[in-house]
Amino acid sequence: MTQADVSRTGLAHGRRNFLRQSAAGGASLLLGLHTGGVIAAVTNSADTAAVTNTAANGDFAPNVFIRIGQDGRVTLISKQPEIGQGIKTSLPMIIAEELDVAWQDVRVVQGDLDPAYGSQGAGGSTSTPTNYDNFHRLGATARTMLVQAAAQTWGVAPAECTTSQGSVLHGGSGRKLGYGALAKVAATLPVPDAKGVALKDPATYRLLGTRVGGVDNGLVVSGKPLFGIDVNLPGMLYATYVKCPTLGGRPVSANLAAIKAMPGVKDAFIVEGTANLNGLRPGVAIVANSTWNALRARKQLVVKWDEGEGANHSWAGFTAQAQALSKQPGVSVMRKDGDVNAALAGAAHVVEAAYTYPFISHASMEPQNCTAWFKPDGSLELWAPTQNPGAGQALAATTFNIPKERIQLHITRSGGGFGRRLSSDFIVDAAAISQKVKAPVKLTWTREDDLQQDHFRAGGFHFLRGGVDDAGKLVAWHNHFVTFANRIDKKESDGTSASVLQPGSGANLSGDEFPGRWAANCLLEQTPIECRIPMGPWRAPGSNVFAWVFHSFIDELAHAAKRDPVAFRLELLGDKDIVPGTGERGQPYSVARMRNVLKAVAEKADWGKRTFARGQGAGVAFHFSHRGYVAEVAEVTVSKEGKLTVDRVVVVTDIGAQIVNLSGAENQVEGSVIDGLSTLMGPALNIEKGRIVESNFHEYALLRMPDTPAKIESHFLKTDYPVTGLGEPVFPPLAPAVCNAIFAATGKRVRELPLSKTDLSWS
Amino acid sequence: MSKYKLNVNGKTQVVDVEADTPLLWALRDTLNLVGTKYGCGIGACGACTVHIDGQPARACQMPVSSVGKHKITTIEGLDARAAHPLQQAWQELDVPQCGYCQSGQIMSACALLKQHPRPSDVQIDEAMAGNLCRCATYVRIRAGIHRAAEIASASGTSSTGSTGKGKK
Repeated sequence: MTQADVSRTGLAHGRRNFLRQSAAGGASLLLGLHTGGVIAAVTNSADTAAVTNTAANGDFAPNVFIRIGQDGRVTLISKQPEIGQGIKTSLPMIIAEELDVAWQDVRVVQGDLDPAYGSQGAGGSTSTPTNYDNFHRLGATARTMLVQAAAQTWGVAPAECTTSQGSVLHGGSGRKLGYGALAKVAATLPVPDAKGVALKDPATYRLLGTRVGGVDNGLVVSGKPLFGIDVNLPGMLYATYVKCPTLGGRPVSANLAAIKAMPGVKDAFIVEGTANLNGLRPGVAIVANSTWNALRARKQLVVKWDEGEGANHSWAGFTAQAQALSKQPGVSVMRKDGDVNAALAGAAHVVEAAYTYPFISHASMEPQNCTAWFKPDGSLELWAPTQNPGAGQALAATTFNIPKERIQLHITRSGGGFGRRLSSDFIVDAAAISQKVKAPVKLTWTREDDLQQDHFRAGGFHFLRGGVDDAGKLVAWHNHFVTFANRIDKKESDGTSASVLQPGSGANLSGDEFPGRWAANCLLEQTPIECRIPMGPWRAPGSNVFAWVFHSFIDELAHAAKRDPVAFRLELLGDKDIVPGTGERGQPYSVARMRNVLKAVAEKADWGKRTFARGQGAGVAFHFSHRGYVAEVAEVTVSKEGKLTVDRVVVVTDIGAQIVNLSGAENQVEGSVIDGLSTLMGPALNIEKGRIVESNFHEYALLRMPDTPAKIESHFLKTDYPVTGLGEPVFPPLAPAVCNAIFAATGKRVRELPLSKTDLSWS
Repeated sequence: MSKYKLNVNGKTQVVDVEADTPLLWALRDTLNLVGTKYGCGIGACGACTVHIDGQPARACQMPVSSVGKHKITTIEGLDARAAHPLQQAWQELDVPQCGYCQSGQIMSACALLKQHPRPSDVQIDEAMAGNLCRCATYVRIRAGIHRAAEIASASGTSSTGSTGKGKK
């Protein structure tokens, strides 16, 4: 049996009837044709090139994303990883719209990692903006060719033909041919230049902007295998991988002989790993004939650890260190406009405050896992719930010193992402274990591993001073941001390398972060604390806490000047329509779009027209991130005992000219609002002796049904701007809107996360 | 290793595992019923919710040796056609985001509907508080439960399921 055969057998084993081999002449696509695709549909990348519009069986496949069978079935490949953001439904909808087929006739199949598909990372809310136009053209190209095929068949001009829901029509004669009947002829036509094909008038859209359910919903609600953790291969072994509880440490020795004697255990060994904190971290692997037998043996594991310098870390120590550092000038100046000290000296109202937030974990519901198979010929096959399959392949290639071309990666559905699966550590963990035991291995992290060995959202400390003049206008803004960084060897282009401190993902302050560029006297400084804590992107990196800090402090300044919080912000935004970016990473900021969402949210929430009883109030915040402009108003009730209830959240979003899937978009807005509230209220990781103190959900409080806001109102402004993504931008304004509402309700200002650190009781 | 007879979705199945193996892992690794999900291993997230004689239980907290002859129902056995009112409502309202927690959510909601065919929001809060959804689809889960109650009452069918009817 060849490896490819074994691989296919293995996949088919878990989903029997769902697979059908499609395409002839060596072009092999294993597609989940009847169900929309379970686990990963296997596209053999070597074969993909053969899948052209001249597929031998007469199917019409004008590009690698579209296949129309002679039976009229339409199969669309979704190239982006599905992590709960709905991309497996929304991107194919774009093709279906332009192709002009009925959605119920479409089956969507998850593509594997394949250069033929172009970029396949799902991060930064980029999947929609980077594919939107191209996907229109993919669909329109196919429709153009089907029209051409019909015109040729009938001997009429293409211009006399129209399409409707899977058929080409000839108005003059009333003739009609379905796409299936046209597939064979269309497959013989040259593929036109996508740039030249005519696109639909958006006013005629039938699918885009409607509510469409997720393509995998039927499989989700019936418990079918879908996720990485559900992968099952013949001969597969099960692994657990134990890393040093002290972050950045490594194992020296372990009672491996005793572990190997445990029931069901096949092997136990130390993995040396690499120095990269975001790569293959050192640890002890236990491989068994079932997940439980591996976990069961793990309870008896005794390891001698070399804890390294991380053993000195504690959150209390970091806090004291940050206080001391704040009294010195920042190590880096991210922005310096005017003279902030002079402006503060002359200001009518000056406010100083320190804001703090902890390290947090991603806590995706599906713990990190990967199934890896290092084969005897040295090639590697991976099944991974990843947001970043290309990076996973690249990390495996450098870690094991094999060419990328020898690494095949199947993208499974992910049980949540939130940025965690942009990292690929769990992929190389599994591969290293498979390499040693020479068998397919499914590595499943325990929840404790997932929470304590994360690539964390960095904690941070902001020391702020702000000044407002007599007229109630912001004149000075000073922030000294004390953040966290890892020491890395940075490779230079000339081949040399230098040891540098690299701030964690989202832990680096841009000089353009609002209100940088707006405050005439502005000083933004940054000082890193070196640590051995792995850090990584967390939903709306940077923005997920910067928005809370800055819009809380703007609120403090508005109140100090006795100004209405919305009016103060509108005046701060000013009259310009566009403010250009500064620096190499700077992005232009459309003030006009932000003014519009802010005005709209004030209007929808009846801002300033409502009266609230003591203990109740409304707060506002806005934020620009990931190409989206969002403003939110929260209304809260705080009981005398200090219990917070969020009664209503109004969200106004400008993500451009078209909402692709209204159901998916509303789901993202609701989820982002609740995730924002959850992250504000509960989770925090304490650090002692370099170890994460909290171990599982009983100590890591995430919001549940009873704390869900009663009303979340979502409004999308339809604008002329490019269509952008929605996985992240609604998250950042929620926390400051709620905290500003808490201040309105109680007079208490929340300056530390999570909320449980602040006593909100009042009398 | 010892052999245990389990009554799963109306069918007797034999698993040969260590006595302390949680039902969760016997279902997933031995019986390849992977709809029941691992989330925390300490009964704190609800992703592994199954029914034991119709009552919701956390499969990660139940050693195989303690199950005995009790009837186990998993998401795969909730309805033979996967058309339980909750499964219909979840699709109609497009409840899932990532979907990982949803089989546990549905199993908990099913037990709630059995007790309260037309549950109030407070009853939903109480019954569902043990089920974590990291994507935070709570608004739609709540709506989905109300909708399932409507579907069940309109069709006159029981929304309680969970009696091993899903035998295949």
